[in-house]
Amino acid sequence: MARLTRCLLALLVLMPLLAQAGGIEVRRFEDPVLEQRYDSLTATLRCPKCQNQAIGDSDSPIAGDMRDRVYRQLQDGRSDKEILDFMVRRFGDYVLYNPRLEGRTLLLWGLPAALVLVGALLVALVVRARRRASARRLTAEERARLDALIKPERTE
Amino acid sequence: MKRRLLLLLPLVGFLVLGGFLYQGLSMNPFDRDSALMADPFPSFALTTLEDPSRTVDESLLAGEVTLVNVWGEWCPTCKQEMPQLLDLADRGVRLVGVDYKDTREKGRAFLAEFGNPFEVNVFDPDGDLGFELGVYGAPETFLVDPEGVIRYHHTGYIKPEDVTQVILPEVEKWRD
Repeated sequence: MARLTRCLLALLVLMPLLAQAGGIEVRRFEDPVLEQRYDSLTATLRCPKCQNQAIGDSDSPIAGDMRDRVYRQLQDGRSDKEILDFMVRRFGDYVLYNPRLEGRTLLLWGLPAALVLVGALLVALVVRARRRASARRLTAEERARLDALIKPERTE
Repeated sequence: MKRRLLLLLPLVGFLVLGGFLYQGLSMNPFDRDSALMADPFPSFALTTLEDPSRTVDESLLAGEVTLVNVWGEWCPTCKQEMPQLLDLADRGVRLVGVDYKDTREKGRAFLAEFGNPFEVNVFDPDGDLGFELGVYGAPETFLVDPEGVIRYHHTGYIKPEDVTQVILPEVEKWRD
């Protein structure tokens, strides 16, 4: 039993090494700004093969190739936009987790804002209608009925 | 009465949303058009699988409708796809292979075992041409027209029924 525990413990200690050996490489940058840009680019580019992973999280071969290009182009001094354009030209808009604002994506970006506006308009209309209803003067008939309803309680 | 109908508005909204989501259930996320559709085939300069001293480039594809099939020895689906490609070659379609992320020995052994429908195979060991094509898995097939422009893209396995129902009509469409 103690032996098994020891074995398992050793395995546990070795686990992080295994994690580094397989999957995603560690890249070194001289410039912390470049490193930060690399991290954010690999987090916003979507892996075309694995659907719901950023290329920075995926160990699929194509994600590795894309990270490789991002790294090389950052070293070559390309801008973030140039790198994203480069990827979109090859893999399509699919690889952008953050779709661009353009004619085709107007509905995508505009719909939530439009819905909030419509909601606000509805609330304003309802509030106004209620306020008007409560501010209205009672007719003589309504006043008489109200008095009749209230009076018995008062006399008690 | 009019007010009553207005109360149904959220239900209508829900049904519209539900309709979209329901449609999404049966959609294949890999069924998306290549970003290179209607673009010229990317330029490249690579050796052929058959002859390491022969370098080919995109001019290889000019002059005739060509199917460019990206395959690799490591790709099991490519093996299943070979009978369909051989069938297409038999029907007079010009095929060019791209041996993607492979070694020469393995690529050659693959063709020896499963047959070779390709006029020539471009050897792409580092996947550079594949990357330019936006390939993210194999097999993938591109139809290139006589002017060297990409006209059709098939992601994944070409099923036996696709040969006559999808691929051949596309080939015919782009033959002048």
